[in-house]
Amino acid sequence: MSTAVITKQRTPVRPARILLHAFLITTSLAWLAPLLWAIYAALRPYSETSDKGYVSWPSKLTFDNFKNAFTQSDMLHYFGNTLIIAVPAVLLTLLLSSMVAFYVSRFDFRLNLFLLLVFTAGNLLPQQVIITPLYRMYLLIDLPGITASGKLYDSALGLVLIHVAFQSGFCAFVLSNYMRMLPHELTEAALVDGASVWRMYWQIVLPLCKPAMAALATLLSIWIYNDFFWAIVLISTGENMPITSALNNLSGQYFTDPNLVAAGALLTAIPTLIVYFVLQRQFVSGLTLGANKG
Amino acid sequence: MSIDTNTKSPEAAVPPPGHAPVTQRVRRGHQRLLTRRDRITLAFMAGVPTILHVALVWVTALASILLAFTSWDGIGFDSIKWVGLQNFHQLFTSNPQFWPAVEHNIIWFVVLILVPTPMGLFLAVQLDKKIRFSRVYQTAYFLPVVVSLAVTGFVWQLVYNPDTGLINSIIGANKPGHYIDWIGDPHLNLWAVLVAASWRHTGYMMILYLAGLKGVDPSLREASALDGANEWQTFKNVIFPTLRPTNTVVLVVTIIEALRAFDLVFVFNKGAQGTELLSILITNNIIGESSRIGYGSAIAVVLLVISLAVIIPYLIATFRKERQA
Repeated sequence: MSTAVITKQRTPVRPARILLHAFLITTSLAWLAPLLWAIYAALRPYSETSDKGYVSWPSKLTFDNFKNAFTQSDMLHYFGNTLIIAVPAVLLTLLLSSMVAFYVSRFDFRLNLFLLLVFTAGNLLPQQVIITPLYRMYLLIDLPGITASGKLYDSALGLVLIHVAFQSGFCAFVLSNYMRMLPHELTEAALVDGASVWRMYWQIVLPLCKPAMAALATLLSIWIYNDFFWAIVLISTGENMPITSALNNLSGQYFTDPNLVAAGALLTAIPTLIVYFVLQRQFVSGLTLGANKG
Repeated sequence: MSIDTNTKSPEAAVPPPGHAPVTQRVRRGHQRLLTRRDRITLAFMAGVPTILHVALVWVTALASILLAFTSWDGIGFDSIKWVGLQNFHQLFTSNPQFWPAVEHNIIWFVVLILVPTPMGLFLAVQLDKKIRFSRVYQTAYFLPVVVSLAVTGFVWQLVYNPDTGLINSIIGANKPGHYIDWIGDPHLNLWAVLVAASWRHTGYMMILYLAGLKGVDPSLREASALDGANEWQTFKNVIFPTLRPTNTVVLVVTIIEALRAFDLVFVFNKGAQGTELLSILITNNIIGESSRIGYGSAIAVVLLVISLAVIIPYLIATFRKERQA
């Protein structure tokens, strides 16, 4: 932390600082309390909590609930479902939105402001506005042999497409702002040298956008992983659901007591927490990238 | 965004002034140098994403509007019947859940803007003071934003559960006859779920304001201190006015979040009495027993009109500012 500031305002601030830390510590603990409570409940055997009540000293703490929640409900299968949806969705969103952003930011074809407006506005709509016709459309589109269900409905492909369509609005906006800040001389020179538009995009502009792409990739992974709504409506077979949406069914079927529910919910949160702790900077910068200048 | 969330409101990145004329010239130069193949590539690069986005988001939004004036059983297109305003009439006059849902969406917004938003701003101002352990505090407040709303719903159920939950166990209301049913009681459940929503919203607002505060010119603060202003006066008269762009983003994000609210309530009690929301009514209409497509679309149109009334003026203002720069 910068010592300059501390020394400048040294004397009057000290007691106020201590008070501030006390306040911040108390509120942070209050903020963590629901999660800590869930962890505590998940670590205790059901027999003990039903005997002594949930607010009591533990006589035994084990990972049994986590183990049981994981194996009984075949959680690995649902994590697999999420992987099949999230990985292609993130990659496709980044590819498509960077292509649009490249077009909008590098070529002045008059249409571009309108195009950007359409993408951004679309991304801000509540999902429920479009769900009724989307659901019908997914039921009507037959894809025999391509998806297991023979339709766009109840398929991973359907979920990937709607994620890509919806999220590319935000990404196109962020990336086009980012690309606009790159000097125009770069692509100008390449064009004079006879490079094709595709090479300009793939070999010059994209590599320069790495920081923005990394931030967006982190953000998208967490958003798509955390999606609950699309899969609840667009997937009918419980087996095909990604983990976040599957939680709703599993909690009635396999997680029969609160301790197991706690363990199951926490297990679901672990991948997001890992991504967040490892890539915290990217996540936060991605979130504010759209809201601020850099 | 998710808004989710998710959720995420863009504000223009402004290119340095004086750059524009050069760009214009260069761009025209670009166009002259393009080959036929380049033009095809460009059409493809802009076309494919646009078609996908428009087909899945805007065509369906438009279809929502059209279907709202029809009655359709979903089997075969020839069964679509034009019914005029009948769906809306029925919705406004005889659906017992509609007006409560509108009211709850409004309450959702009012609570978010009055409680967690100022709280997030307050925390951001404190954490912006070059304080020790700032990162640790930020991580704690921001954690709820990272965890999915579905998990948040389950975690808070453990707090609210009538006989095993944290609150009732502490206040001794977990015995039969003394239950306080935080999730089932229609007078309580909306507030209970709003506590969880606020828990999450605070961290989100804190991050947005922290980013906004980073952009405040430090010399403003020094000048204000030299003039003898105290901390509150500096904030009120100097810092807060310069946060205007962030405040706009925060307002739009909060409205959108209030309209999108769904996951938490669905996990809590599927939008049973007391927690009806427009988003829940639409969804229950689809996955419920008797799906009425036209009727569900009419609710979607109400939601669409409110959303666009917020989104379009905001985006036009944002883009106009960008063009001027």
